[in-house]
Amino acid sequence: MRKKLGLSEEKIARGRELASAIVAPIMEFVRGYTTVTVERATLRIAGADGADADGVPVPNKIVDSLRSSDSGLGDGALLRYADAAERSALPPEALNARIAEGFDLASRPVADAAAARRKAEELVAAGLERISRNKRRREEKLREFAGRNNDPLLYLIVATGNIHEDVKQAQAAALKGADVVAVIRTTAQSLLDYVPYGATTEGFGGTYATQENFRIMRAALDEVAEREKRYIRLTNYASGLCMPEIAAMGALERLDMMLNDSMYGILFRDINMYRTFVDQRFSRMINAYAGITINTGEDNYLTTSDAFENADTVLASQFLNERFAYEAGLPARLMGLGHAYEMDPSIKDGFLFELAQAQMAREIFPEHPLKYMPPTKFMSGDVFQGLVMDSMFNFASKATGQGIHLLGMLTEAIHTPFMMDRFIGLESAKYVMNSMSSFAEEIEFREGGIVRSRAAEVLDQAVSFLEDIEKRGLLDSIAAGLFAEVKRAKDGGKGLDGLVKKGPAYWNPVEAELERALGIGG
Amino acid sequence: MAHIVRPYGDTLDDGKVQLSFTLPVPDGPKGRDAARLSVLGWGFRDCEVVHSAAISDDFSFYVAYASTDRGIDFDSAKADAASEAEAAMSMDEIDEYIRAVLGRKVVIVGACTGFDAHTVGIDAIMNMKGYNHHYGLERYKMIEAHNLGAQVPNERLIEYAEKVGADALLVSQVVTQKDVHIGNLTELIELLEAKGERGRFVCVAGGPRIGNKLAVELGFDAGFGRGSYANDVAAFVAKKIESKAKDR
Ligand code: B12
Repeated sequence: MRKKLGLSEEKIARGRELASAIVAPIMEFVRGYTTVTVERATLRIAGADGADADGVPVPNKIVDSLRSSDSGLGDGALLRYADAAERSALPPEALNARIAEGFDLASRPVADAAAARRKAEELVAAGLERISRNKRRREEKLREFAGRNNDPLLYLIVATGNIHEDVKQAQAAALKGADVVAVIRTTAQSLLDYVPYGATTEGFGGTYATQENFRIMRAALDEVAEREKRYIRLTNYASGLCMPEIAAMGALERLDMMLNDSMYGILFRDINMYRTFVDQRFSRMINAYAGITINTGEDNYLTTSDAFENADTVLASQFLNERFAYEAGLPARLMGLGHAYEMDPSIKDGFLFELAQAQMAREIFPEHPLKYMPPTKFMSGDVFQGLVMDSMFNFASKATGQGIHLLGMLTEAIHTPFMMDRFIGLESAKYVMNSMSSFAEEIEFREGGIVRSRAAEVLDQAVSFLEDIEKRGLLDSIAAGLFAEVKRAKDGGKGLDGLVKKGPAYWNPVEAELERALGIGG
Repeated sequence: MAHIVRPYGDTLDDGKVQLSFTLPVPDGPKGRDAARLSVLGWGFRDCEVVHSAAISDDFSFYVAYASTDRGIDFDSAKADAASEAEAAMSMDEIDEYIRAVLGRKVVIVGACTGFDAHTVGIDAIMNMKGYNHHYGLERYKMIEAHNLGAQVPNERLIEYAEKVGADALLVSQVVTQKDVHIGNLTELIELLEAKGERGRFVCVAGGPRIGNKLAVELGFDAGFGRGSYANDVAAFVAKKIESKAKDR
């Protein structure tokens, strides 16, 4: 990538340095805590799955009963599960069925800790091997079909609420050229402190993320991939109250990308900040181990605050998301840092400001597959004008070498996409991107011109914004409403009661193995 | 005399319309004819399918032009806007009106209810800074505005309104897929009726897919859609409180 903006390297380095200083105290806190969903994710990797007759998932049954017992969760949940597996000599499926029928793990203490540990390690090794196999399979397929995907990757969303209907739409999208298919989650799943079980056909504005739904969609996309000789990436949302569990399920079913932001849940779902910071680390470690590309959510800032005025908060958040991701062992090539084309279309030279923002992100994060989001907020019922806005966005994306391109929908302001909306989005993007394919190599930005000046200004502002955050501390900055104009109290929000201090005997071989494999200290 | 109107292409009363749609059949001559027959079947004439494309093996996309003979009487059409009657009072005028006519502050409680997490619309109406150069209700001197944010259960909204002695409830609904908004809005009215409190509050619904007609059908006093502003709602609420007082 050729740099064109003449941005100050010292400023960029300063931004990174500030991000490290801001994140460090959070990580210190995070390492001392676990959460109910971190424990459930751990259990899932060891084989806990299924649900009882009322739909309560087995991992929840285990964690809830331990929590309310004398032993609590401070030692972690896995040893108890492994102890039951060891003593009963049952394979996980059979043990899960017994737990679903009412067998209570908390009802008896661990018999032989050494034997239980050996059993736990064996179960964890099997889960992690399955995840590694998935990773190898993805790498093989990407090698086999090398050069067949679009650049940037064209990303489409399906959201019918019914997984079987989603399959039809996803296959159609993939056949027509989509490289990435995301199954949007149903309204409010992010606030459930459990992951539903099995295939689902009822959702509002999206489809439940369940492991079975993941499996169904994975198989459907693999089928198209073989036929088209083009690997189709599958995406879901490791966000909300079950970040780590969804990451675990995605890793087990070979998802390729996860929406996974370090602060989105706090700001946009009112989830408690301590809970989120603990959950995001574990979920990102799983993603890193599984080779899953994360997509961060900076685009959301621009839905509640102005894209021109608050461009610096997007860059500042990218620096923070990057730092949090490094702390969890993710390499830059798996960081799909987010941003969006959301400026008010009536601004004079607005396109130039968008170009500046996109090119700036490209240059500051050179190895990261940037995730670029289309206009949404200013899309209206005028679908014809909307298509023009989407075309300008397509142009900006290709002109600045973005990595993951979420296709704009001309009906964005009206409904979740119809099949033909997606088709129009794909065809128009392919046209724009093909006809200007080498444009980026052809152009320079004039010194002292609008684009260079704007990028320099946003970088300056982002650095002073980060300086302010460093002084206040991240938690207090969020509480003061510095991000997205949303204020969150430190002890407020959902899910705080699921935060648990690790006891002296806390034991989690999944965490230990991930830290070892990813080379991050505990 | 009736004022009959038909769509206009390039000549008065040519009745031209443009349509685009998807059929669950493969693209090809047979699909194109199916598209043409569909359009004719909907009552149009002279259908031309000007574009078709395969969306997948089993689905195809069409663009078609056709004409209609059918006209409607323009005088039978009604503007679906609660605000039209209030014809653009400004913030200052509304404050003045409340001061003069009611002589006390109006208490308004707003929320986006159910699982709907969209706050931007209700914020546009309520927050100090407002939207598109129209200040929000918090800025009105004669209005005490309480914005409860999003994902607020109907029960909580009512409880809160009782607590602060609200005059009006403002409810935002943005997600409409599978008619979730209908359920949420209906539930609020039913809860109020069950408590015998429907008459106590002016109830206003809003959101991009909400119209006055729909809101009134669901038992609200009014509904405000896309592009509505705080002063539209404030004027409506103030006048409604006054007329309710007179009725008593
Ligand atoms: C921003 C946005 C979001 C943001 C919301 C951030 C926030 N804090 O609000 C985020 C990213 C969180 C989001 C999430 C989702 N979204 Co959304 N979102 C949008 C978007 C892009 C813009 C909405 C907006 O802010 N408009 C600007 C405001 C000012 O306009 P407004 O809401 O219409 O409000 C005006 C009027 O309607 C009216 N009004 C509104 N409320 C009230 C109330 C009263 C009392 C009155 C008087 C007037 C009034 O006054 C306002 C000013 O004029 C729209 C697409 C679009 N362009 O419209 C999709 C859209 C609304 N979202 C949609 C969906 C499906 C979702 C999700 C369910 C997706 C998912 N599965 O996760 C989730 C919702 C999760 C949940 N639990 O609700 C769909 C809804 C489809 C439908 N008709 O059902 C849309 C249309 C996008 C799409 N095409 O799919 N979304």
